[in-house]
Amino acid sequence: MLTYLINGLSLGSVYAIIALGYTMVYGIAKMLNFAHGDVIMVGGYVAFCSTSYLGLGPIPSTLFAVVVCTVLGIVVERLAYKPLRNATSLAVLITAIGVSYFLQNAALLIWSSNPKSFPNLVGSIPNIVIGELVIPSTAIVTVIANLLIMLTLTMFTGRTKMGKAMRAVSEDKGAAQLMGINVNRTISVTFAIGSGLAAIAGVLLCSAYPTLMPTTGSMPGIKAFTAAVFGGIGSIPGAMLGGILLGVIEIFAKAYISTQLSDAIVFAVLIVVLLVKPTGLLGKKVSEKV
Amino acid sequence: MATMLKVNDLKVHYGSIQAIKGISFEVNEGEIVTMIGANGAGKSTTMNTVAGLLKPTEGSIEFLGKSLIGIAPHKVVNEGLSLCPEGRRIFQHLTVLENLEMGAYTRTKEEADETLQKVYNLFPRLKERYKQIAGTLSGGEQQMLAMGRALMSRPRLMMLDEPSMGLAPILVDQIFDIIVNMNKAGTTILLVEQNAQMALSVADRAYVLETGNIVNSGSGKDLLSDDSVRRAYLGG
Repeated sequence: MLTYLINGLSLGSVYAIIALGYTMVYGIAKMLNFAHGDVIMVGGYVAFCSTSYLGLGPIPSTLFAVVVCTVLGIVVERLAYKPLRNATSLAVLITAIGVSYFLQNAALLIWSSNPKSFPNLVGSIPNIVIGELVIPSTAIVTVIANLLIMLTLTMFTGRTKMGKAMRAVSEDKGAAQLMGINVNRTISVTFAIGSGLAAIAGVLLCSAYPTLMPTTGSMPGIKAFTAAVFGGIGSIPGAMLGGILLGVIEIFAKAYISTQLSDAIVFAVLIVVLLVKPTGLLGKKVSEKV
Repeated sequence: MATMLKVNDLKVHYGSIQAIKGISFEVNEGEIVTMIGANGAGKSTTMNTVAGLLKPTEGSIEFLGKSLIGIAPHKVVNEGLSLCPEGRRIFQHLTVLENLEMGAYTRTKEEADETLQKVYNLFPRLKERYKQIAGTLSGGEQQMLAMGRALMSRPRLMMLDEPSMGLAPILVDQIFDIIVNMNKAGTTILLVEQNAQMALSVADRAYVLETGNIVNSGSGKDLLSDDSVRRAYLGG
């Protein structure tokens, strides 16, 4: 029981980190970046290559993956999404799906479709054993990383000038421009942060589930998107809560109900939540005085 | 008096619809200039074009001798020109203080702190409520916040788009008092208003805009007593 809970928290933390990327990009650019999941995959491959071929240690290879994905995020935004800033949201959505396929196929060309066995980058830390309960080190690192990221992001958006500008842009781009805020740069920074987080999520995900394929990012990507909607898209604590709940529900469904049906159960819960509270668990619905 | 803003033969289109049909006007340093006109006359379009949010199809906009055509909207603020937009457009989910900080986005921390004190002096209510979420302020307070926020960039010229919109008469008086005070403190004002009576009574000069053309101009006092203006905008 406790083991399931720990596994759930661990998986949920990965979802939460990915969901943060979705939610931030949505909050500011008002677009669903469906290629986000594939950035996770790229992060995984980069970390894989830097440990296996370059012989870097766990932390340098994670950092390297973060850097590569951050740059990737900025480049994708600049080339694919920026020209569509004033286009309909449908055009942007289709482009995002296109970027997703592009990244998957590029990975297919570079790394082939053979699954790579990902080295557990946090495996050097010993597991914690309490009586019969074994807490895997991956789970601990994942949960701690998630908490740190969450705290840092909350501080960033609440305290720093750039962070506040992001919130201003997410609310009213035109008014933000009138303040002298460079909206395009703010959106780039958001993509950079989201993609950097995706790289971390990729390393953590592959450390827990060590099969790396070009499609590795798709399913966690969709689940994390669900988590973001579940928690209330656009809300940082919402992404966190949604991710963790989703992970726990998924693991418990797998353990007690059915492995095959676990995804169906997860999405069923999402549907129920959206029926009851359409803005998600922590979705903003501020009544505005006029 | 030096010319601060000079707009010449400005034309603006929304797709195939021409909203501004070639208007010229100027604002001199230290003045309060107002632009009055009915809904759809093109007042806000003019403001938004000067602020860089809309691209003109033709014409020139010069501010302090420098052309503003083609300058990105977020850079126009740096030139010393600030627009307090129609409908206030404050950041509802940010606190009052955060809104003001955003107004000083292009300024250093020291400059921002200094200006903040001035804004608090002008709007004591904002100081009382600095921690409050802006969306929960009353309409009048939100207008004050929008004006305070626009002041935070230390503009030489402040453009105000319909500051009295949706406010009770007593608040309208208060807002106009503040506008006059801001002007006395050294900020040149370009004011767009539907409340022609109020606007003309505080303005040094005024332009009357009708369906994208300037049809009349003169001193505020002259236009207040002008027959055609009285009939169209002042109710007899």
